[in-house]
Amino acid sequence: MSTSTLAPTSRRLTSRRPAAVSQIDSHRQRWGWFYVGPFAVVFLTFLVAPLGYAFWLSLHKKTLAAGETFSGLSNYQKAFTDPLFLGGLGRVAAYVAVMVPIQLLVALAAALVLDTLATRLSQFSRLMIFIPYAIPGVIGALMWGFLYSPRFGPASDVFGIFGLAAPDFLSQGSIFGSLVNIVTWQWSGYYMIIIFAALRGIDPSIYEAARLDGASGLQTAFRIKVPMISSSMVMVMIFSMIGTLQFFTEPQVLRAVAQGAIPVSYTPNMYAYSLAFAYSQFDYASTIAFSLGIVVFIGSYLFLFLTRKQSGLS
Amino acid sequence: MRGIRSAARSRWLAVTVGAAVALTGLTACSGGVSAPATTGAGGTTASAAGGSGGCTNEIKKPNAAQVTVWAWYPAFAGVVDLFNESHDDVQVCWTNAGQGNDEYTKFSTAIEAGSGAPDLIMLESEVLSSFTIRNALVDLAPYGAADVKKDYTDGAWSDVSSGDAVYAIPVDGGPMGMLYRQDIFDKYKVPVPTTWEEFATAAQALKDAGFPGVITDFPTNGRAYNAALFAQKGWTPFTYDTAKPTDIGMNVGSQGAKEVLTYWDDLVTKGLVGTEDAFTPDYNTKLVDGSYAVYIAAAWGPGYLKGLSDADPTAVWRAAPVPQWAGAATTAINWGGSTFAVTTQAKDPAAAATVAKEIFGTEAAWKIGIEEGALFPLWKPILDSDYFANLEYPFFGGQQINKDVFLDAAAGYQGFAFSPFQNYAYDQQTAMIYSMVQGERTPDKVMDDLSASLLTYAKDQGFTVTK
Repeated sequence: MSTSTLAPTSRRLTSRRPAAVSQIDSHRQRWGWFYVGPFAVVFLTFLVAPLGYAFWLSLHKKTLAAGETFSGLSNYQKAFTDPLFLGGLGRVAAYVAVMVPIQLLVALAAALVLDTLATRLSQFSRLMIFIPYAIPGVIGALMWGFLYSPRFGPASDVFGIFGLAAPDFLSQGSIFGSLVNIVTWQWSGYYMIIIFAALRGIDPSIYEAARLDGASGLQTAFRIKVPMISSSMVMVMIFSMIGTLQFFTEPQVLRAVAQGAIPVSYTPNMYAYSLAFAYSQFDYASTIAFSLGIVVFIGSYLFLFLTRKQSGLS
Repeated sequence: MRGIRSAARSRWLAVTVGAAVALTGLTACSGGVSAPATTGAGGTTASAAGGSGGCTNEIKKPNAAQVTVWAWYPAFAGVVDLFNESHDDVQVCWTNAGQGNDEYTKFSTAIEAGSGAPDLIMLESEVLSSFTIRNALVDLAPYGAADVKKDYTDGAWSDVSSGDAVYAIPVDGGPMGMLYRQDIFDKYKVPVPTTWEEFATAAQALKDAGFPGVITDFPTNGRAYNAALFAQKGWTPFTYDTAKPTDIGMNVGSQGAKEVLTYWDDLVTKGLVGTEDAFTPDYNTKLVDGSYAVYIAAAWGPGYLKGLSDADPTAVWRAAPVPQWAGAATTAINWGGSTFAVTTQAKDPAAAATVAKEIFGTEAAWKIGIEEGALFPLWKPILDSDYFANLEYPFFGGQQINKDVFLDAAAGYQGFAFSPFQNYAYDQQTAMIYSMVQGERTPDKVMDDLSASLLTYAKDQGFTVTK
């Protein structure tokens, strides 16, 4: 940022007094570095250096019995043929396919409704929809763990009213839906705020024109509002997709009450975590982490490429 | 973009583990979930990071050398104070770094990092070889371990030593017995079983007589508990000697284990036992509210039960020996039990070894451990004492459970060899047994697949595997 704003100024000065300016210029650049410095130090120390170290680790193979050796890319070959890693990837891909559209639809519907209302109630509703996002992920998952519990949760009472047996939300067959529910509950409000903000940015005179042309409320929503906020929706989808590929907190917390239904390698992130901290395979865990990073990068790139029209990035 | 979400996630990563463990009291630890241990696990985690720094306890003699200790024993504060008051040359600086796996995760990370581990650490005997293979524990033989050998039973000593090398000092054990609800068996007029065959009959009889619960739970995530049940039919999945760290003998898919699993699969299929995960809030409540008539437990089990809420106030608990297989020799089994080990990061291994040998080396310390912490001592002077044998437990209506059940079980226990990748083995075992309960695998296939998967893992980890 600082360089682009400096550029035109310096060019103008250069044309007048070349010698003195370059001194000012370099002086300014030094101050520029001074301002960038704190960020650069943190960035290098806490992001670039650990990434580099993790990559270095991922090129080694350390076993319990045989010690550590340099193994090149063979860990990556192992990762992309490891049924546990591939199984986890398949699972998060399924979560992306189900969870992203649900979250987007819930968020869009809530935002569209709230956008047309201008009452006290709508402000209150907006806050209420947003609140789950303000609850820390771990707390939310713990809370849902209790709600799903056959003993402490309300399900058996609710189903009991109709004389039915409550389903076991933590069984192998239903854990997928249970986790989708938690994440949707937690994140839809956040996405709703993003979409809502984008809706507020639309010039109201467009709605007036639409009304004069005889457009109904629904037509305004789907023919005008949705196309005009498509870039925000692409952003929401990419947030949601990346977050889902890195799925960790909710299944990790629920694993405490459903160890059978959620194995250690349920998602790639959980697998990497177990490898590093439970099985002390830090090298292979780094490989899994990088492999997941590669998949996320490719996935995001593809998605952005396919939606380049809607996002306005083309 | 990525930053927002991933930062949020990683921030919670550390908390997740703590919370997950606080929620459940994960492992088959000797400590159980009595209130001080659980709250301590969450509350003191932050200060545990450095291995030194703030201690949970007060240092009585500030000029003496300090030994940092991680441990999660219930009622341990009193034991630490007792030690510090009676020693002028060395002081204990104690931190509760979490129970079981929670602590091991921190220790494992500290080993990898090369710093941050305490001088002395509480470890269950089943994980000792997982840490000796990483050169994380000091051989205590040069520090006078042989002097205290006479104070422990052969079985307890064999669990912590290999040849002349001694990697830890035993503290408490987990000989197993059967805790049962006398009132439930009386109400439905079902005799208390002494063999597994009678146990299955009793399970059916209780159900037929209208008992709304089940006789007991068969948790697929029982880990050491399930292993102990297999061990009763001679399961010796691993043979491992720390002196030859790269060799391991494996016989996981043995006939005995398959028979035990077939027995439980049959009870599960008939709906005579539960299949709830162990150590969850649901399970804890069911243990004490009359949903289960029997709790197959270790000697620390009564302490665990006492710490649980929502207990049935009319419950009449009694202890009996663990059921045996008819026609087979009586086989004692063990679940849990812990030791103190000196880490290779200890600044002063001699001082740490002194603490290991002496902290639970007095009768006064053990009285705290037994009466407040419900621990089962492995220290012979108290184990063999009349005090311990005759101790009456109010929880069991004054029954002398040590004399009746646990002393014999402890004396008969022959020891059990665990693998140096025990955590992985347990995780695989849990996944396999769960698939059996789900009807995806037969008991035989569970053991065969478990065997194959552990064999692959052992080879991948560079071990030379023998049968």
